[in-house]
Amino acid sequence: MTVTSVEKDPVALTLTITSELAAPVDRAWQLWTDPRQLERWWGPPTYPATFVDHDLSPGARVSYFMTGPSGDKAYGYWDVVAVDPPHRLEVRDGFADDSGEPTDTPGPGVMIVTLTETADGAGTVMVIESQFPSAAEMEQLLAMGQEEGMVAALSQIEAILADTA
Amino acid sequence: MVVGSDPQADRLFHALADATRRDIVRHALGAEHSVSSLARRYPVSFAAVQKHVAVLEGAGLVTKRRHGREQLVTADVHAIRRAARLLDELEQLWRDRIGRIEDLLAADHPTETQRAGDPR
Repeated sequence: MTVTSVEKDPVALTLTITSELAAPVDRAWQLWTDPRQLERWWGPPTYPATFVDHDLSPGARVSYFMTGPSGDKAYGYWDVVAVDPPHRLEVRDGFADDSGEPTDTPGPGVMIVTLTETADGAGTVMVIESQFPSAAEMEQLLAMGQEEGMVAALSQIEAILADTA
Repeated sequence: MVVGSDPQADRLFHALADATRRDIVRHALGAEHSVSSLARRYPVSFAAVQKHVAVLEGAGLVTKRRHGREQLVTADVHAIRRAARLLDELEQLWRDRIGRIEDLLAADHPTETQRAGDPR
């Protein structure tokens, strides 16, 4: 397991999850900057994500949707607040309607991604800090990936391995 | 489709956007506190703390009861538990994502496993 620490504050509604990835920082940064790579891990196999607009410049809006098992679509966006390649990305993330207009009440959440080299220089410490604006928002996020199961995750792993072989 | 917004929950957690109010909730979680004893904890007036407590009460996060001349404040454990449960699920969502990231990174070196088992 690469997750090394998890901090949760149910009063402030924050989640900070730290993991160690077996790849250099530049490689790990591509997980966020290349929309085709993002699509392979952002949504579960049963709720894959499609990134429609993906520009990580401050002020730009990244928009995506996730497609559920019955063809239903859930739309989300990130408003890019700050970028410091390949180390830090800060966005306001929220939900949108099918035309991409934000639908959040009371407002978007905050997600900050930080990538730093591990002590041996071979890997990357990835810290994801999320701040949720409300319990309703947290429930909505969870609804966007609910169908996930072990079987589905395994099938996706096999698919990834198969097409790199 | 996704779950809609919940005005009560929005009010509830919006009340927690303030650091002093969050601190009040943390203190009131374990035991009852009087408004005046809470007021002594912060460098603000009694009236300001009273106002914070009123916002928290309006959001359903704390309840207040009279005891003689004192007003005693307790945090609503149920609301905090709901948030804690949601955070647990979000933790799982991120653990799953990180699992998929690992697999994706491992696929950068598809021959490594074969090499390890290669007798040459």
